[in-house]
Amino acid sequence: MKNGEQRIDITLNGDKTSVTFPGFKTLLEVLREELNLTGTKHGCELGECGACAVLVDGKPVLSCLMLAVEADGTKVTTVEGLANDARLHPLQEAFADCGAAQCGYCTPGFLCTAKALLDKKPHATRREIAEGLAGNICRCTGYIQIFEAVEQAAAKMEAGAKK
Amino acid sequence: MMRCPSFRYHAATSAADAASVLADVGPKAMVLAGGTDVVPNLKRRQFMPDVLVSLRKANDLRGVSIGSDGAATIGPCSTLADLALDPAIANWPGLARAIGSIASPLIRATATLGGNLCVDTRCNYYNQNHEWRQSISFCMKAPGPNGTAITEGKHGTCWVAPGSDRCWAVSSTDSGPMLMALGATVTLVSKKRGKREIPITALYHDDGMDYLKRAPDEIVTGIRVPAPKGAKSTYWKLRRRGSFDFPVLSVAASVRFAKSGEVEDARVVLGAVTSRPLEVQETALLLGKKLSDDAIEEFAEKASAHARPLDNTDFAAAWRRKTARAFLTGALKEIRGDDKATLGVLAQRVMQGASCLG
Amino acid sequence: MKTPLKVIGQARRRVDGQAKVLGQTKFADDLVFTRMLHCRLLRSTQPHAVIKGIDASKALAMEGVKAVLTGADFPVSYGILPVSQDEFPLCREKVRMVGDPVAAVVATSEEIAIEAALLVRVDYEPLKTISDSLDALKNPEPRIHDYGDHGNVHKAVALEFGNVDAAIDGADRIFEDHFFFQGNTHLPLEQHAAVALMDTEGKLCLWSSTQTPHYVHRALAKALAIAPHLIRVVATPNGGGFGGKTDPFNHEIVVAKAAMLTGRPVKICLTREEVFYCHRGRHPVQMKFRTGVNKDGMITGMDLQTLLDGGAYGSYGVASTFYTGALQPVTYALPTYRFRGCRTFSNKPPSGPKRGHGTVQPRFGQEVQMDKIAVALGMDPAELRLKQLAPANSITANWMKISTSGLRRCIEEVVKRSGFHEKWGKLPKGRGVGLACSTYLTGAGLPIYWNDLPQTGVQLQFDRSGAVVAFCGATDCGQGSDDVLAATVAEVLGLTTRDVRLVTGDTGITPVDLGSYSSRVTLMMGHAAIQAAERAKALIGTAVSKKLEIPLDRIVFAGARVFDASDPAKGVSFQDAVILGEAMHGTLGTSGSYKPPPSPAKFKGGGVGPSPAYSFTAAVVEVEVDEATCFLDVKKVWIAHDIGQVMNPILARGQVEGSVYMGLGEALMEESTFRRLPANLSGALVHKYPSMLEYKSPTTLEMPEVDTVFIEDPDPNGPFGAKEVGQGPLLPMPPCVANAVYDAIGVRVDESPVTPEKIAKAVWEKDHGREARFGPKSFPVIEWPEASKVKTPAEGGDGTASNEKPRKSKLLASGFRLAPDSPGAKVEGVKS
Repeated sequence: MKNGEQRIDITLNGDKTSVTFPGFKTLLEVLREELNLTGTKHGCELGECGACAVLVDGKPVLSCLMLAVEADGTKVTTVEGLANDARLHPLQEAFADCGAAQCGYCTPGFLCTAKALLDKKPHATRREIAEGLAGNICRCTGYIQIFEAVEQAAAKMEAGAKK
Repeated sequence: MMRCPSFRYHAATSAADAASVLADVGPKAMVLAGGTDVVPNLKRRQFMPDVLVSLRKANDLRGVSIGSDGAATIGPCSTLADLALDPAIANWPGLARAIGSIASPLIRATATLGGNLCVDTRCNYYNQNHEWRQSISFCMKAPGPNGTAITEGKHGTCWVAPGSDRCWAVSSTDSGPMLMALGATVTLVSKKRGKREIPITALYHDDGMDYLKRAPDEIVTGIRVPAPKGAKSTYWKLRRRGSFDFPVLSVAASVRFAKSGEVEDARVVLGAVTSRPLEVQETALLLGKKLSDDAIEEFAEKASAHARPLDNTDFAAAWRRKTARAFLTGALKEIRGDDKATLGVLAQRVMQGASCLG
Repeated sequence: MKTPLKVIGQARRRVDGQAKVLGQTKFADDLVFTRMLHCRLLRSTQPHAVIKGIDASKALAMEGVKAVLTGADFPVSYGILPVSQDEFPLCREKVRMVGDPVAAVVATSEEIAIEAALLVRVDYEPLKTISDSLDALKNPEPRIHDYGDHGNVHKAVALEFGNVDAAIDGADRIFEDHFFFQGNTHLPLEQHAAVALMDTEGKLCLWSSTQTPHYVHRALAKALAIAPHLIRVVATPNGGGFGGKTDPFNHEIVVAKAAMLTGRPVKICLTREEVFYCHRGRHPVQMKFRTGVNKDGMITGMDLQTLLDGGAYGSYGVASTFYTGALQPVTYALPTYRFRGCRTFSNKPPSGPKRGHGTVQPRFGQEVQMDKIAVALGMDPAELRLKQLAPANSITANWMKISTSGLRRCIEEVVKRSGFHEKWGKLPKGRGVGLACSTYLTGAGLPIYWNDLPQTGVQLQFDRSGAVVAFCGATDCGQGSDDVLAATVAEVLGLTTRDVRLVTGDTGITPVDLGSYSSRVTLMMGHAAIQAAERAKALIGTAVSKKLEIPLDRIVFAGARVFDASDPAKGVSFQDAVILGEAMHGTLGTSGSYKPPPSPAKFKGGGVGPSPAYSFTAAVVEVEVDEATCFLDVKKVWIAHDIGQVMNPILARGQVEGSVYMGLGEALMEESTFRRLPANLSGALVHKYPSMLEYKSPTTLEMPEVDTVFIEDPDPNGPFGAKEVGQGPLLPMPPCVANAVYDAIGVRVDESPVTPEKIAKAVWEKDHGREARFGPKSFPVIEWPEASKVKTPAEGGDGTASNEKPRKSKLLASGFRLAPDSPGAKVEGVKS
């Protein structure tokens, strides 16, 4: 490794992955620039917008604020890893159907956060959804269709679980 | 994309390991806990440490335990999200609310209590990119490269109060004022001088630059919150939005009542009005009294005189000052047990707790 | 009989929905090319200064740095409007604001470019700064630009329709009100990014997050002196635009030049702070409304003056200025009207078009004044408006032609649904409701470059697989224009949106569309798509008619089949129909285009405001104001929007709710503010907080419940009757909030945003026996040019000004070409 470089071993969207990168890079930079997973977005790189949220060990994390080196040994899930093979995750279905993705730029961050939210609280109320998503800014939708999408996904997931 | 400057990275395996590196490297080392404040500040080049000492793998710095005396001992690297939802913390409702009000759910998922206690003071002349700060010839708190802001033998200017010889950056911790009101203590460890436990009151210093009495080689290893013993606590935080924003005024209060209803003990701390959390002494006026409207009003009027915010955060300083009185009143009325609906719109806003993500 | 619509108006997943939820959508910064270099702009730290010298030697010496460009590399200026070509890709003689680009470092990685940029040394000689409009009027020197009307006045305009002074002075009451609308910015989540390369044919190709690839194409041709046909601009899907990506930007031209110089792909992605410097957001506007009103509430005339703070460059500013006066008579029937507008320069990021371009600010003033009039006359605010709505099928005093108007129904709906009559003036103290209305364009009637060319074109290509490909220059900035294109083609051809493949926003491949601004795309592209699809239908229909021996007028396209209306079983699949068509006509392709109808406004300045169709909106907002602190909470919004015809109800509602969101942000908290340090210590003039944290954008927790209703009264000028929805619903929000605050606690905040601080100040004034109000008390004296005097239609006018020379009717016939003296012109130029 070159001076200042770091290496991490992670489980990325289900696959064991090793990556070497300049040590100052955040997880966001490594995902986008070293691993070509450009689905994770950036709107400020300072933790002020939520666009870069990914799941680290199931928790929603701002990838712009996490040094990549700190992700060593974790399970990382990005928007690219939400679908189950060719089948969209219920949240993805609902976001596409309900108009929750307009420009689509905040969408990956919202999807990852919403997944963590529903994993924790499958029957979240409208208020709880709003509180859980309060770290994600969307400038297009006014949030209402995002709330509706999370509710629709929750209902579908519950129906799916009962089957 | 905003990027961090280069640094050396050390993943401390324990508190002792971290203290050892801090002692060896000296002031050019910096502690990295959750990173949610340090990383943006690095990206803006507000500081440029040589070494980052990460506490993420120091497992002895996490977790909450309740002692036989009812006091809580909190590992400083516990995340805010975990703490906000921890049933043990629910014994101090004000603390749970203060923690749940910090930044956003996504930040609370990684930010730590120790990090928030020690969070850098803020100022909108300081929390800016390098280039922006270059446009104002930098400031006292963050001189430019080669001391650009240091002119004519002085330290550089504090643009908040250019005549002043101190820095007026604002204490922006939410947990600090609340833990002060709860009479908490903090344990600090240094390799050379060992362990010391101090009241949180003694952790802060009223100076925007030198705001912590933590020595550069010390790390926070524990926070101890004494048993509530029936005291009621609350936290009111003023900010523009219900999420993201740092406090621009806060009131942390803890009050214990006698069985007959008189105030036995009361501590009230103002946050974000100066460079440290500020405990108000006027609580003495409340001792032995019931929390009547008159008593509360008298207290709020006098105590709010300490809130003298300056123009370096969101909201007009004059309005923040005015709001301090309303917040002091509201917080005590909430503690008294007033119906939430009678406390106004803002009360409903400040009473919002953490999200289900913590 | 009209056939019922099968695709249009139906709820469906947008065509780009799946890619967006999978993270597959490639935004500009997601593009990566082999050997790609990265660019970083060094920006001015001085608000106003002469550049004495630039030393880039240390940066150039750094390992990995491939080039450093400066103003010397860019001798030709550009700008969005032909009259304001005042920008250079990199500043040449002077800088006009903090954030002006001075040098560009191109390196093998972004981090190297960042570090190297810090090593570039620029020597500045500071000049006195101009901080806002009042400052600009007071200080004609030093001039920020050496063009414009005079001093630091960019442009002042005056229009007069009818005998307005007599009409106002003769009224029972005269209302004089001053307002200030603060500047604010678009804040799209995606930061602007662009990548340029020389393609395999040696031609320049630029991918950029732009709403207007056509105008970027023009700017590249001009600023780099390249023949336009050797340039291709691809608009990547925009991660939000809201008007913030409608100017050609310096960084786009810089990376194009850098790619030409280095022969390698070059990318730039701006930081959030740099996006604040690109700006082109809402102009801060001072306003004075002088309005004559009779006892019965009828307005006799309105005299409006506006003063716009334009910032450091022209941008769309001249258009913005006219827009502040264009739509007042389109909402209410003003018998007489005078408008005077003035735009000044200042040393701040340039103002420009943001959602509702130029009309949001005077809408605030007009609707708050209407509320004041209602209160003063003891009338219901809804009644006052209803009795003088500008009627459908009419021409306004300022010669705007209104086709349909559903405003009456909009008002009635929101009044009913919100219980406005039961609430207004009757809620307990601290609670209040406010009403406001608005109007917006469905596409500007005139293009930026006046010519006889279509404003948009659609080409369709069919092949024997049954595939339909639609080509159009329109750009999806999130509003869903791709979905509208697919739906329109599918509707006409009896297909679904899934059957249509799209190629959009690519000036090298698609027919010109002027861009995603002025709410023009659905209407204009829609018409072009219908025309292209109808032409295809005729070709394919003829072939099927002949083959199956069905009379042509009985041929129906539906359900992916082509068949006999009288005997639906007799027919072929759409694919077979295409095969028949291809066999008969050869390779199948059709095109359609659209140009708006001519406007009756023939006076100078009449080019801003005309539109094929106007949308109308009414809204009611309920608020609660905390008595102790004046903290303000919006409880609920009711909004009704006259949309003509909904294209996709999910997307349409998203546009309304998104507009409400953005409008509430402007009403409550969003503002672009600046700081000047004490003059004796520093010449600094900086953006107070160019960050997502401190520029307050409402979160999920600030968004109230919204009750949305669409009024569908198809407009003959819209495709399937559709009118705009992307901008209009923003407009009523700021005045609704201000009016509701008055209803709640009896004070007026005549300035945006309506913050607790301002409410508290107004309450303090009230408690001290003064006017219960916060806001400007005066309007500066401005030397206005002589007004163009235009008789109103009621006075028998003809749309021209009596004191103007007749305008040249000859318009530039060409698209765009190089100046005859530019080097590229010799290589390739269009002969005039």
